[in-house]
This record gives sequence, C-alpha cells and structure tokens, in this order.
Amino acid sequence: MVTVMGKIQSFIPDLFSGFLCFLRGIMFHVLRHGPMPKHIAFIMDGNRRFSRRHNMKLGGGHRVGYHTLISTLQYCYEMGIKYVTVYAFSIDNFKRKPDEVEEMMSLMIEKIEEFLQKGSVISKYNMRINFWGNLKLLKEPVRLAAEKAMAATAANSGPVLSICVAYTLTDEITHAINEACKEKYACREEEEQEEEEDRAISVDDIEKYLYTEGCPDPDILIRTSGETRLSNFLLLQTAHCHLQNPYALWPEFSLWHLIWAVLNYQRVYPYLEKIKKSK
Amino acid sequence: MYSLLSFLLPPSSSPRRPVSHSTSVAVEAECTHGRKGRRIASSVFASDSWCTRVPSNLFRLENKEEEEKKSKTDDGRRWEKMEEEASLLLLPPGLLRETMPRHVAVIMDGNSRWASFRRLPVSAGHEAGYRALREIIDLSSSWGIRALTVFAFSTENWLRPKAEVDFLMRLFEGLFKEHLKDFNRKGIRICVIGDTSKLPESLQILSREAEKDTKHNTHLELIVALSYSGRSDIVQACQKVAHKVKDGILDPSDVTESIIAEELETNCTGNFPYPDLLIRTSGELRLSNFLLWQSAYTELFFAESLWPDFGEADYIKALASFQQRQRRHGRRI
Repeated sequence: MVTVMGKIQSFIPDLFSGFLCFLRGIMFHVLRHGPMPKHIAFIMDGNRRFSRRHNMKLGGGHRVGYHTLISTLQYCYEMGIKYVTVYAFSIDNFKRKPDEVEEMMSLMIEKIEEFLQKGSVISKYNMRINFWGNLKLLKEPVRLAAEKAMAATAANSGPVLSICVAYTLTDEITHAINEACKEKYACREEEEQEEEEDRAISVDDIEKYLYTEGCPDPDILIRTSGETRLSNFLLLQTAHCHLQNPYALWPEFSLWHLIWAVLNYQRVYPYLEKIKKSK
Repeated sequence: MYSLLSFLLPPSSSPRRPVSHSTSVAVEAECTHGRKGRRIASSVFASDSWCTRVPSNLFRLENKEEEEKKSKTDDGRRWEKMEEEASLLLLPPGLLRETMPRHVAVIMDGNSRWASFRRLPVSAGHEAGYRALREIIDLSSSWGIRALTVFAFSTENWLRPKAEVDFLMRLFEGLFKEHLKDFNRKGIRICVIGDTSKLPESLQILSREAEKDTKHNTHLELIVALSYSGRSDIVQACQKVAHKVKDGILDPSDVTESIIAEELETNCTGNFPYPDLLIRTSGELRLSNFLLWQSAYTELFFAESLWPDFGEADYIKALASFQQRQRRHGRRI
C-alpha cells in the first residue's frame, strides 16, 4: 500500500506537467490559426534588479534569468517559432564592474557546457546555436566555449538559437564594412583590370558579412523590465519589427507575456506584411 | 494680466521695470503658461526672491558698462540670445531644464486614421497634422530643444495613392515657402534629409533655398526627413566609407564606428546628430525604418494619441517620461 502510494506520489508532478503541456498545446493550436512570427528577439533586461529585489547574491538574478530563457525557448519552439535571438551581453556591458563581468562570463561558460550535455534543451529540439558578436573581445575560455558550441551544433536542422555576446549593431556594421573592403580591395594589382561598378560596395556585399546573414529579420522584439530603448541591438534588422516592452523583469517573463506579444503581432501583421511585399 | 502678475509678486517689489535700469533675474513661471510664458519673460521683473531653480547669473544686466558693451553687438542677435535664455527657463511645471532632451525625433503617425474617424478625406488629416507639426516646432523652440527631427515622408509612403502623395508634396512646399520668414525670425535652421531626387523639382528647389536661407540660424535645428529610409542612410554611409577605402584615403582596418557615423545624413547639422528621445504617435510600436543607427541609445516614447491630436499636453508627458528615465548606456548606476 505504501509502495503504491509512493509510486502515485512520484507520478503526480509528471501528471501535472503533462496536463499543463496539454493545455499549452491547445492554446498554441488556437494561436496558430493566426499568422505566427518566424523570429523573436529578446533583450533580457532586469536580472540585476530581480537580484536586488529578492536579496540574492551577485549573479543570482542572471541564474534565474537562465531558467527563464530555457522555458521561453521551449514555449517558442512548441509554438513553431524557428528563430530566437537573445541579447546576452553588449559591448557596452564591459564598462560594468570587473567582478560582475567576470561573474557573467563564468556563468556563460557554465551554461554553454550544460547546453552541450545530453538531455539539454538543445539536444531535445536538435537546436543550432549561433554566437553573434565580436568574439575577439571575449577572454579565451569564453570564446573557445562559444566556438565549440557552434561547431557541435552546426549540423543540427532544428530551431536556431542566436546568442548575441559582445555585440552592438554599430560594431556589426563596422565589421561588415571592414570585411567587405578587404575582400574587394585586398589585391591592389587587380584594380586596373576591374570595372568601376564591380569595385563599388553594394548592399549585398555589406549584408554578406553581417553576423545575422542567413537569418530572417525579427518579427517581434521584446525588451523586458519596461525600458523602451533598443540599446544598439539589431537596429538594422528591426526596421519594421513589432516592439513589445512588458514591465516584468526578465526572470519574471512568463508564457502569458509571450502569448500577449504574439497576439499583438497578429493584430499588426497585415500592415507589416504589406511593407514586406512592397520592398 | 498685470493684476495677475502683481498678485504673484511679493508686495515690496515693483511689478515691472525697464531692462536697462534694473538688476534683473528671469523668473521661472510657476503658473501654467506655455508659450504665453514667453510674453512674461520679455518684460523683466526685479525680484531676486523669485530666483528659485535658476542660477542667478544666467540672465543679468547689471550695470551700464555691461549694457554699453552689449549694445555694441547686433541688437537683433542680442535680443535673440536674451529671448533664448529666458525661454529656456520658462518650462511647464514638472519639467526640469537640466534633463531636457537636446534632440527630439518624431514619427508623425495617424493622420489618415484621424480623418477616417471623422469621416473626412485623408487630406484633412494631413492638414491637421501639419498644424500639429507647427505647434510642436514652436513648443520645441520655446522650451530650448536644440534639434527636432520629423519623419515627414518615408520611402514606403511612395506606395500611397498618387493624389495623397501630391497633396503631401504641396504641404511640404507650403512649409518651406510660407513659414521661411517665421523660421528666420525664430532662429530655426532647416535641414532636409532623405532621397530628395525622387521629390518634385519644385520641392527640391524650395528645400535647397530654405536650407541656404536658414543655414546661419542656431536656435533650433529642424531636420525634415523626406523620402527617407534609415536602412538606406546606413548603406549610403557605408558606401561612402568604402569609396574612401577604394581611393586609398582609408585602410580597411581604420574603419571605425565614428567614421561611418560621420557619413550619415543626420550629420548635416553637426551638433546633435543622435536623438535623445523618439516619439511615435498613434500607439503603433515600431520604428518604421527611421533613424536606425542614430537611435541606438534613444529613449522611445509611444503616444496613444493620433498625430493631429498630439499637442502640448502630450508633448509634456513625453518629455516628463524622458526625464524620469535612467540612461545607463550598458553600465550600472
């Protein structure tokens, strides 16, 4: 009797999560009757404020934020959203206190290692990971971990998670111009032989070297904690993107905030589609 | 008016003295005068006890020697400078001079909806929007905002019906033709950005003349974005930099963010190329390809009201919201 009760008790959490999963499935099925975004970008703002509010030690808010990221990724991929981009660390964030930067870097290495383990959300969904940004600005252990994760998941055909680290758009465009100019004008001996038009940099030349090349532009950009600014994140790619700024801090971001963002996107979808077709 | 002023002043002070015979300090009006406050500033009060949030040395004509020195300069410029300093202080209640944005950008959205809600033709909505624009220009000028960028016409707007586009072009011609003297009087400098080659020839000529006529004005820089696309702005800046690399002026490794930023069209004014605050009306939450590079750290404010209804109260709300924000630029404060 005790054994049976014990077994029932161990099944209850699984039953409950299964029931929630079933309810979510129904909700997502209803949502999918309207137009669904293909790419959502997140500015994960508010970890430190969450930490202070709950009297956590340094890095506590970021660790809770990581779990929010994992659950948000699951919701997105269950909804059928193929591309998710997150703004993990900006070049401007290097101006923070060294111990805070160090804490974030060590958290990043730890979580990248977790991503590559069996049973992680990455392996569950056969996800591909990209790290966008000026990785040369990172310390070697972090850079090597990022490159290892990209190499390990390059062949995955599932949803794509792009993590912006040491990233700003202005740096991305500068990098693209540098690379485009090196490619076009590297061999000066060939200059006289080329036509003038062939030597001019075009839009395609610039876009080829953007970190976001091959990925569609975001349909929704969500910045948490109520702040309404883009902080140099995907400015070029979010020209016609729908912006959302829920007041919740990033660790408090939930399924309901995500569903609300998708519903708002569906409301403005006809206008956004008209703009895309006109290009 | 004078009875109201005498009520506001302490009984011991005289309500008004001529400028040349007084030690005077400009008063920050505690009453709710917006533009009306400017009329008060032009008559000066001799009352040091009203110097509350204003540094006392900001607006002072103390003695005859200083007055004579100032009289040697051009009277028109001196008056403009006095008016500018006085008007800077006469902000509506709740706004602080120290944290006013220097550059405000506006996406004027909602004219068509405003007209359709009232069962009027779209042209009526654009005319009402034009009047709202004039009001915001005047308010920005009064409140010491140094640059105002308005998204008048985007590259996507060329897809609108031809009659609507032609009407808008005529409105823009009216802005440059009829208000040029007013802009010169108020010290407003006009700068037009965007692909002006697509505009009608008459509008191109008028815009060039307006830019030339107002280029010496310094009170407010009014940047009008016509046929503008933020993406094209970035691409043309990149192409100019690439051209310099091709010509051997720059090495590819010398290309930096600031070099690219110098080639953006908003650098036409030079002083405040990046907006501090960007306001979009009509409740839509997107940038619509406007000032993409320049709005990297800009505070965004999304107003629910449609553009023709956006007036002084909404503008104050937007500026007050800006003043409450913490601009960290990636750091921790």
